[in-house]
Amino acid sequence: MLLDGIRSRYGYDFAHYSRASLKRRLDRALAQTRLKQFSKLLERLLYDEKSFDEFLKTMSITVTEMFRDPDFYQAIRKRVVPLLKTYPFIKIWHAGCATGEEVYSMALLLHEEGFLDRARIYATDFNKHSLEAAANGVYSVKQMAAYAANYQLAGGTGYFPDYYSEGYEFGKFKNFLKERITFSYHNLVSDGVFGEMNIICCRNVLIYFDKTLQDKVLGKFSESLRHGGFLCLGNRESLNFMAIKPLFAPVDKTQRIYQKCGV
Amino acid sequence: MRYAAVVIGVSSGGVEALKLLLPALPASFPLPVAIVHHRDPHSDGFLAAFLNTMSGIAVSEAEDKEPFCAGHAYLAPPGYHLLIESDRSLSLSVDQRVNHCCPSIDVLFESAADVFAESLIGIVLTGANADGAQGLKAIKARGGLAVVQDPQTASATTMPRAALEATAVDHVLDLGRIAPLLTRMCTLEEAYGAAG
Repeated sequence: MLLDGIRSRYGYDFAHYSRASLKRRLDRALAQTRLKQFSKLLERLLYDEKSFDEFLKTMSITVTEMFRDPDFYQAIRKRVVPLLKTYPFIKIWHAGCATGEEVYSMALLLHEEGFLDRARIYATDFNKHSLEAAANGVYSVKQMAAYAANYQLAGGTGYFPDYYSEGYEFGKFKNFLKERITFSYHNLVSDGVFGEMNIICCRNVLIYFDKTLQDKVLGKFSESLRHGGFLCLGNRESLNFMAIKPLFAPVDKTQRIYQKCGV
Repeated sequence: MRYAAVVIGVSSGGVEALKLLLPALPASFPLPVAIVHHRDPHSDGFLAAFLNTMSGIAVSEAEDKEPFCAGHAYLAPPGYHLLIESDRSLSLSVDQRVNHCCPSIDVLFESAADVFAESLIGIVLTGANADGAQGLKAIKARGGLAVVQDPQTASATTMPRAALEATAVDHVLDLGRIAPLLTRMCTLEEAYGAAG
């Protein structure tokens, strides 16, 4: 009932989210408001857009880090970059980019491989607060120290602190990285395709959807990729049992990188 | 059969504990098993592969939306919470840590209790923190069976002790007696089922 109300008032549709983790987040959202019942929560959400904003923050998962799964970035360097270098210009879509850590990771990698200036990265999310944080590109120095370790493991060829300027316990990524990234609002559930991409990265987002919605979103990805484009999923997500599977060939089975071969 | 699934939570000392417990289950063990074992987020799939070669039942790291099948033990992948969905498939999440842990035992136990209610067996083994205690309480609240490793025989006692304090546990056993208990319950239940 809560979810129906939210859908008709705000257009956010959680009906095809994985129930078990959705329930945990709903319980958390309820606990944060100190209300006792979901019916009371719905009432507040319907009449107060600000509290809906807070609710949405709780409902979206923003746990992320730079160079999460360093081996994935090694695989991108080895198996995907050599093919991308043959294009005059490339487009990358990070779907569900949260607070942007993985987007900057990709920008750094492209810079070190020498073709960031020929690339445009589109980073999208349905959480406006996350998008804002992502566009700022500011992370705590403590986080940056942990990311530097991941950066090394991921095969970084430069000196990580060169990529940001530091002040007041925070690091801010430099403009030459940001200039290549376009941050925009996009809801995977309800919004359409994003055309002609060379790479789509959507890691650890599909796990929150049920099979029906996974199929629907993967269909959008397939349509948004150009022939020979790459689809990158999280380490525990795969195209097994998915409708678009026959259109894709695995490039790296462990790192879940697929290439679009069919039409 | 009364029971439909087993969930196990284990932390410090877990490799040794799982090495004893899983190979002691017969290949014909009729229930699916889901396991949260706290470990380094960068560890590889070796543990599951190793336990698989030692055990009669299949052991693997869980994949998202994989069916939760009998005779198979699924380990939560490092860095992911493992949950059970109402259609009895497995799902993963990288949501915030619970009890400073990801994967968290409470997350698995609570989601499994929602799905299996009184047909769930929850087991808390050796470990050095209190994760799993609230989850075991949730399993008991839904009428499931709670089993805890005897803290005196556990290599780390905090986790079994916390579980014992949180709820009324049905069986407190040496590690070596847990697999026989599970097997006996299933076969007895089957015999009852056949007679009834």
